[in-house]
Amino acid sequence: MLPQLVQLTMARFREFLREPEAVFWTFVFPLLLASGLGIAFRSRPADVVKIGVAASAPRAAAVREVLATDPGLDAELLADAEAESALRVGRIALLVVPRSADSVDLRYDDTRPDARVARLQVNDALQRASGRRDRVTIQESLEREPGSRYIDFLLPGLIAMNLMGGGIWGIGFGIVDARRKKLLKRLAATPMSRALYLVSYLLMRLTMTVVEVTLVAGFGMLVFGVPMRGSILVFAGIALLTTMVFGALGLLIASRARTQEGASGLMNFVMLPMWVGSGVFFAASRFPEAAQPVIQALPLTAAVDAMRVTMLQGGSVVAVAGEVAILLVWLVLCFVLALRFFRWQ
Amino acid sequence: MPPLTALALDVRALRKRYGAVIAVDGLDLRVTSGECFGLLGPNGAGKTTTLEICEGLLSPDDGDVVILGRRWSDDASELRQRLGIQLQETQFADKLTVAETVRLFRSFYQKGHEPDAITELVQLAEKRDARVGTLSGGQKQRLSVACALVGDPDLVFLDEPTTGLDPQSRRQLWELVERLRAAGRTIMLTTHYMDEAERLCDRIAIVDRGRVIALGTPRELIRSLGAEQVVECAVRDGETLPGDAIGALPGVLRAQCHGTSATLQVTNTHETIPALLSLLATHALTLTELRTHSPTLEDVFVSLTGRHLREE
Repeated sequence: MLPQLVQLTMARFREFLREPEAVFWTFVFPLLLASGLGIAFRSRPADVVKIGVAASAPRAAAVREVLATDPGLDAELLADAEAESALRVGRIALLVVPRSADSVDLRYDDTRPDARVARLQVNDALQRASGRRDRVTIQESLEREPGSRYIDFLLPGLIAMNLMGGGIWGIGFGIVDARRKKLLKRLAATPMSRALYLVSYLLMRLTMTVVEVTLVAGFGMLVFGVPMRGSILVFAGIALLTTMVFGALGLLIASRARTQEGASGLMNFVMLPMWVGSGVFFAASRFPEAAQPVIQALPLTAAVDAMRVTMLQGGSVVAVAGEVAILLVWLVLCFVLALRFFRWQ
Repeated sequence: MPPLTALALDVRALRKRYGAVIAVDGLDLRVTSGECFGLLGPNGAGKTTTLEICEGLLSPDDGDVVILGRRWSDDASELRQRLGIQLQETQFADKLTVAETVRLFRSFYQKGHEPDAITELVQLAEKRDARVGTLSGGQKQRLSVACALVGDPDLVFLDEPTTGLDPQSRRQLWELVERLRAAGRTIMLTTHYMDEAERLCDRIAIVDRGRVIALGTPRELIRSLGAEQVVECAVRDGETLPGDAIGALPGVLRAQCHGTSATLQVTNTHETIPALLSLLATHALTLTELRTHSPTLEDVFVSLTGRHLREE
């Protein structure tokens, strides 16, 4: 038994490593994605909001002077046409049109958060300049903790999403390709253990998981200071379980498909709801209440949540028990169905 | 009839249908240990279906298959250890090398040959470290045979081993099969090339529409025609050969006319040809082709079915 498992697993690794594209997509792509997003959403001093002052209005220069004293505002004088287009394309968040000494028009889109911030700051600056005195003293203490930034939120999601893609594509395509080439049929005619054949795919994926997760998590921790507050063992356990779930799902998708195209469509159909709904890029709680039961039951949602709880909140096994249970149900379900439906010819 | 113990394969009343199509229709076969047995027939005759039932890849609708004294229903795992199989369309993994592929297949069998020895046997030693994707069609086919042999099988199945190969690669594969045959291996192969069957096989079953229509050594089958020579002739387009008159010529055993061409099985060429030429002259027909050759398995097939093995 052992020699054939060794040979089968080695064949899996050789096939993978000799496919440069596969290596790139598996290892380099998530790193590029993480660093791109990490740079875009890096921690910066609080944003300065750009606003405009209509140059043609009376006292425009004086109003701009007043607004420029607020460090949170970047005010510039704009001619009418220029002001219109700047407002339309969002280059400025708000346009101030002074009317008289004690009246101004503010033009902005109240659904844009930065426009609402600008409105408050413009209001404050103008009121104070015309003599308003604040009666409450406010002491501010700023907290910019690693763990609550977007990159912290994103990294566990990227890891889980990568494991999903690797499991479904890595196992699914390999098997469909072997079926299309009639290699599965040829293998089924030998005394090869069919279970070990499937196990060899799983072993390769589990090894890949160790490499992928170490690479992406290590990169995030070193470069962006993403914290690992929970136990590394629990985190590793979740990653391996996630791999097995998506491996089994890949096996199920590939159990009947005869062509790459057919399998590819099916894979996208299965993965799309999870890319969108499972909270990789934004919190899954943004979806309406009615959709939540479905979203929470998706394997990727469970994997992403469990990884976030472990990494960011330092949750123990108990804290992720619900997610682990969901993953286990998916694992058993997919594996049993895959074995039942699997076609060797 | 060889004694029962020496039978490598015993197939009786085999039937298999796919929907409305009957692929195998009551086929009987007995293959003796140590012989190279050929299933010869046109495409769609049921050769591959028969072979895949024997290989345990398909189950028959009806009939009995005993291989090496075992049945698939009872001893599947033992049979898989003892059979060597080459399928028609298998593509091995392109990214693995020849040696890696043979070693992989060797690992499936409890006993077998050294992978290197097998690679040598199929003349791929120079290619042992080449990726499968870079091999020619003939080399891939020999790799496929290597994978069939690496478990030291008691019975080897080769399904259309030379289909699609260039003449040189076919010849190399023939030499390989001849070496296996000389080494006393039991082989069952299918082919639709009559020259291949004639050269490689100890015995041949001619298969058509799912049944065996003739069985014997190549020599016996050809001799069964009773003809000494086969004469083929043709006349100019637009003219018609007098079929009945040709059939009645001296020395003609059987004749088949298709408009402008005819095939005659003759016992006495030197009587028939002059008579044929004068017959054509009396009908004012212009001879455009005249050929004679020794009878082949192709002629046996034509005389049994009225069709050619390879319908263009």
